[in-house]
Amino acid sequence: MTSTPGGRPDFPLPVPNEDGAPFWEHLRAGELCIQQCTSCGRLQHPPRVLCPGCGSPDRDWAPMSGRGTVYSFVVTHQAIHPSFEGHLPYVTALVELEEGPRLATNLLDIPPGEVEIGMPVEVELVPVSDEITLPLFRRPSSPRVE
Amino acid sequence: MHRVAIAGIGETDYSRNSGRSETRLALDAIQHALDDAGIDRTEVDGLMRWSVDTTSEEEVAANLGVKDLAWFGEVNQAGNVGAALVTHAAAAITAGLANVVVIYRGVNGRSGRRYGRGEVTGRRGQGGAAYTEPFGILTPQHGLAMLARRRMHEFGTTSRQFGWVAVSEREHANRNPRATYYDRPLTIEDHQDSRLIVDPFRLFDCCLETDGGGAIVLTSTERARDLKQPPALIRAAAQSGYSERPYVDTAATSTAPRLWAQAELRPDEIDVVQIYDHFAPFVIFALEDYGFVRRGEGGPFVEAGGMRWDGGTLPVNTSGGHLSEAYLQGMNQLIESVRQVRGTSTSQVADAHLSFCDTGIGTGAIILERDR
Repeated sequence: MTSTPGGRPDFPLPVPNEDGAPFWEHLRAGELCIQQCTSCGRLQHPPRVLCPGCGSPDRDWAPMSGRGTVYSFVVTHQAIHPSFEGHLPYVTALVELEEGPRLATNLLDIPPGEVEIGMPVEVELVPVSDEITLPLFRRPSSPRVE
Repeated sequence: MHRVAIAGIGETDYSRNSGRSETRLALDAIQHALDDAGIDRTEVDGLMRWSVDTTSEEEVAANLGVKDLAWFGEVNQAGNVGAALVTHAAAAITAGLANVVVIYRGVNGRSGRRYGRGEVTGRRGQGGAAYTEPFGILTPQHGLAMLARRRMHEFGTTSRQFGWVAVSEREHANRNPRATYYDRPLTIEDHQDSRLIVDPFRLFDCCLETDGGGAIVLTSTERARDLKQPPALIRAAAQSGYSERPYVDTAATSTAPRLWAQAELRPDEIDVVQIYDHFAPFVIFALEDYGFVRRGEGGPFVEAGGMRWDGGTLPVNTSGGHLSEAYLQGMNQLIESVRQVRGTSTSQVADAHLSFCDTGIGTGAIILERDR
């Protein structure tokens, strides 16, 4: 069993490239931001060099509310990568932010049997190294106002 | 594409430990395919392969004694490029850039590099993997299970329906002496009782891991008519890169309109189907996304026995597919689609004239036609 200090499986950490680096820098500074085209306003995740909507290379980073819902999820039951050993069963989710983009993530304090498509979640930024902070999700701290 | 045909097919045995190099497996399969066609190895002037494979075109050409390698190349994605390779090879022959193109594979997928293992397919958090691997999306299975779960939610498809894909294919493998699971039956209860690997995928939703080689020989229809075998005419061949909704649709939503237009056919005119089944539910999803059945009707279709050779209205994966024959990532299914128009399958569909083969998540498909 291998874990990071926070008890997470020892999954590979992101190796940010030039175009995606601001995503990770914003997380490290305490904010979940998504790449946004300054020409047409389209939000894009994962980050791209050009806007797939209008082709513009001009983009900025827009802060997100951090609220979303579970769009889909899988539960790993067999250690088909060594880092899962000692952590099974393990949930990986795809969360759709209320602004639209979807992020692969993990769910904090939600057992596998309680995860459902459509359930509301809220981001929590979890530092896993000096450079990397991951956007993970948990149940909302207060009821949502619809 | 009518002017190009598949003139030869060749395979090695399928095993868990071939005891041979991947290059040897590829060369053995190529020789079988050339012998099947009745073409001398020195006539080969085109070679194409999966980019993930280890045996280069130069290595094959040197071994075969190819004098003039006029056309070679790979298609770069993963296992899902079989139809794309046929599309490229057929385009080259149609354009007069090559005369005899061999598409080949040799893989030790069980005793060597195992594609189901994250250590093999992982990218150490680099590139696009920076946004997936840190959360445990470490094999192709993880992303595909994510799509499957969403489709179950949207269309009501069930794990038991996935199971009927596995059971139907096993019946076909039980009729195919070359199949890995030739002598092992499978019941729907076996499937439902099998352990979860990446939920919603159970053990018997997952493809085999196989050591083996395969090859197909393409040439002009005119030339193919003078060779040993009845030619399998390429009625249509198409590839595509993406779907607009990656966790809901397969890329068949892009491939299908172009494929059917090129073929000038409707799905209900097809006699027999092969679909890339790295995971059982993708048979259901492909049947829906190519238009053989409507969205949400694929599960009920397979549950009612629709894909079975014995009594089904549209037999699918008649050699046992990747779940029960072998996992050569599309190659063994391309070969089976040729057998069906030749009339030589172990689960032969009577009077099969039009044979369809998808080679992965809807990213490419071909339609073969029996010659007049």
